[in-house]
Amino acid sequence: MRELRYLVRRLLQMVPVVFGLTLLVFLLIHLVPGDPARTMLGPRPPQAVVDALRQEWGLDRPLVEQFLLFVTRLLQGDLGVSLASGVPAGDLISDRVPPTLALVLVGTVFTLLISVPLATLAAVNLNRWPDHVIRAVPLLGLGMPSFWVAIILILALALTTGWFPAGGYGSNLPEQFHALVLPGLTIAIALTPITIRSLRAALLEVLDADYIATARSKGLTEGRVLFFHAVRNAIIPTITVLGVNIGWLIGNTLIVEKIFAIPGIGALMVDAILERDFPIVQALALIFGVLVVLVNVLADVTRSLLDPRLKLT
Amino acid sequence: MATAAQDVPTLLASPHPRLRRRWTRNVSLLLGATLLGTLVFCALAAPLLSPYDPIAQDLGNRLASPSPSHLLGTDHLGRDVFTRLLYAARIDLQVGFLGIITPFVVGTVLGAIAGYYGGLLDTAITGLTSLVMAFPYYVLIISLVFVFGRGTQGIYVAVALVVWVSYARIVRGEVATARQQDYVLAARAAGFSDLRILGRHILPNAITQAVVYAMSDIVVIIVGIVTLSYLGLGVPPPTPDWGTMIDDGQAFITTHPHLSTIPGLVVVLTGLALSLLGDGLAEQLKPE
Amino acid sequence: MTRLGDTEPLDVRQGEGRLVPTSVSGKQGWTLEVEELHVEIAAPRGIVRAVDGASFRVRPGESLGLVGESGCGKSTTLRAILGLLPRLAHVRGGRVLFDGEDLLRVGPKRMREIRGRAIGMIFQDPMTALNPVVAVGEQIAEGPRVRLRMSAGDARKRAVELMSELGIPDAARRSRAYPHELSGGMRQRVMIAIALASRPRLLLCDEPTTALDVTVQDQILRLLRTVRDDLSASVVYVTHDLAVVAQICDRVAVMYAGQVIEDAPVRALFREPRHPYSRGLLESVPDFEQERERLSTIPGSPPDLVVLPSGCRFHPRCGYRQADCDDGLFPLLTVGPDRSSACRYHHLLANATPPLKGDA
Repeated sequence: MRELRYLVRRLLQMVPVVFGLTLLVFLLIHLVPGDPARTMLGPRPPQAVVDALRQEWGLDRPLVEQFLLFVTRLLQGDLGVSLASGVPAGDLISDRVPPTLALVLVGTVFTLLISVPLATLAAVNLNRWPDHVIRAVPLLGLGMPSFWVAIILILALALTTGWFPAGGYGSNLPEQFHALVLPGLTIAIALTPITIRSLRAALLEVLDADYIATARSKGLTEGRVLFFHAVRNAIIPTITVLGVNIGWLIGNTLIVEKIFAIPGIGALMVDAILERDFPIVQALALIFGVLVVLVNVLADVTRSLLDPRLKLT
Repeated sequence: MATAAQDVPTLLASPHPRLRRRWTRNVSLLLGATLLGTLVFCALAAPLLSPYDPIAQDLGNRLASPSPSHLLGTDHLGRDVFTRLLYAARIDLQVGFLGIITPFVVGTVLGAIAGYYGGLLDTAITGLTSLVMAFPYYVLIISLVFVFGRGTQGIYVAVALVVWVSYARIVRGEVATARQQDYVLAARAAGFSDLRILGRHILPNAITQAVVYAMSDIVVIIVGIVTLSYLGLGVPPPTPDWGTMIDDGQAFITTHPHLSTIPGLVVVLTGLALSLLGDGLAEQLKPE
Repeated sequence: MTRLGDTEPLDVRQGEGRLVPTSVSGKQGWTLEVEELHVEIAAPRGIVRAVDGASFRVRPGESLGLVGESGCGKSTTLRAILGLLPRLAHVRGGRVLFDGEDLLRVGPKRMREIRGRAIGMIFQDPMTALNPVVAVGEQIAEGPRVRLRMSAGDARKRAVELMSELGIPDAARRSRAYPHELSGGMRQRVMIAIALASRPRLLLCDEPTTALDVTVQDQILRLLRTVRDDLSASVVYVTHDLAVVAQICDRVAVMYAGQVIEDAPVRALFREPRHPYSRGLLESVPDFEQERERLSTIPGSPPDLVVLPSGCRFHPRCGYRQADCDDGLFPLLTVGPDRSSACRYHHLLANATPPLKGDA
């Protein structure tokens, strides 16, 4: 059906972007002036190790050859081997993807749960005190570093009250969800300023539209008019904004996972950077990049599903 | 020609932004400017405001509670927290304000060129912006941080490479619209050089939106460097930085919560100041 | 809540959606009585007196045309009746009696009961008045489903029936379409279906044909006439086009600068307008039956609704102006059987104008 063809087409459009990503990720190590091997290994590695690395990565060969080598390996599913642990990157990463995805999902759901009611409240009470209070949220929220929010949340809701775990992931589904509440909330707090602003603006526009008057003229309750007619329309541009910012959210998972000790790919990335484990950094950079592009495609598809005026071409 | 030149000045009365219009009643602008001014002042006047050395350790006086001699107490190495806060402002504010310059300038210039000349140049520049925008920003930052290691270079380079696109798009749009206006056509007819037209007449208006946008970008950059420092990838110790302060204080979160909480609050305050300023400017410079 | 006289409960609680004829209730059998309505709109420049003491009445089964230039307050009046004014507009006085019940003073719950059940409204531009992301059938069915407690299936069937009755071909399939997929004429039919879905007794039409092509306009007008006859509903029809009034209305109320300045049966008004403004309007309508040198227009322009002229609002532009026209109040005066005018010197206009359009 139409939707499926559209999805496929968008996925195909991803290919050049992913290719560009791959190229960039590959070029990363070569962008730095100096010896790539030494950059990878940090200051003062033993010469033997440097030589071994050179051999392994073919760093003596021309750039194009190296790139081809890189791509072939990728296509075979070989993402490299961790310098720190010797374990193939693929193995290290695959276990850790689900927690990150779960975190992103929980974060997005929380964001919507918080933003939609607040934005609606603000739009309906335009220029009265609820509106002013709610509009302060984006002003404050922009400058709130997520790690700081995380620390405050841990202090208030975990350490002092013990309602939620201060970290860790748990081993079964209920425990895992419980563990994701604070991290999800942290992410939501980071995203809500943007979504509130966007949804409120969209709602203000929509509420002035004629079809809202039509809905009222049918004798529908204000609640139904608001949610079934107004929000239903206003959420469409907001989904685009959300999609654009989820890329940023995905980057945010790095910090959140690290602080809350969630075993996802974000925490893995941070560790890999600190340990200078280049193959892992490279592999994860690629994966994160693909994830972000995927999310954008998803947002696009969702938007066209919600808005029949958009042609699915 | 003489007649044309005489007519031109009147025709060239381009609509300049109303900078002096009722700014006294613009709450956001006043509040934002005052707040920011205070913060900048504190940063600049740090040596005057505090007698302590931000990196001098005093291991005999560790984790002291707030007192008249140490307004916010001392940290785990005996350093005065208040002083460190002030000096951290220097570094973090500097990164924010300096970091925005390159992308702002590059983006504005490219955007102006694209919007003014159109055609192939426009297509090329717009294509470039689309390409960069499609790229996940965070991946680039993280990778560059990896490449450059600790310090502030990573963030300067990353920001310069990625953030310019917003300004290019904004300025391009404004310039393209302005280009069609009467006063520009008159100026071109009068033979004024493109540079003069752009510089004196179009850009002052076109740039106002970009400036407003820059305010929020500065916040993003500051939060970025603070985050990197928290992770150990930013400003290297012992230079004080809000992020490192939060990191240092995290171990003592239950006994001395203020060590981690207060630096974060200052970041939020900075963000608030810049956002208010941005909103106020947007309100002020709106065409009547 | 003010209720005057004996108000019988409306058929809102029948739950069946069929028209149950109600007895004539309220004062003197009027379906709708608008008395001295005042609506103000807050604008940056000042308070705009959009409707400033408008009054008119509609009998059961009668259709009244509310006519005037743009900005005279006719649309605002209509919206005020149902309480659908935009955010910055407020009713500042007057009464709107529907079967004796003052709609300006009923609670929100009662108002919702009346809307879409006893009173239906057709908006001007169907492109903006229909929800772009909901299928049209669903939009028609929504009222009956929610207000009349119809089951979803029944409501959907009724929507398709209505669409067919209103001349939309292939109604079942079309009911699943979205507004942007339909032509202007079909969209307006959908709007009409929405207004009719609950069998209202009063239909408020806000220039429903203005946004349409001329050919489609004609179709829709004829459709509205049929609808009105089938339902025995009262209609208030807002328009700036006198030709339309001639086609579809029994009576006309002419508005100027927020007030009703003349109220008469259609033929009487067309034959012999009793207000200089009405006359000006009629003379500016091109008529091929009459030989005329050129179209006359009313000199000057409508007044600024923030700063209104003293006395009669029309006097600065009036060809019949007298010395005292800029002073005092100008209420509606009875000038004939079943007609009124706000002009003190209406008798100057008697017999001055030959018939414009034969029999409407």
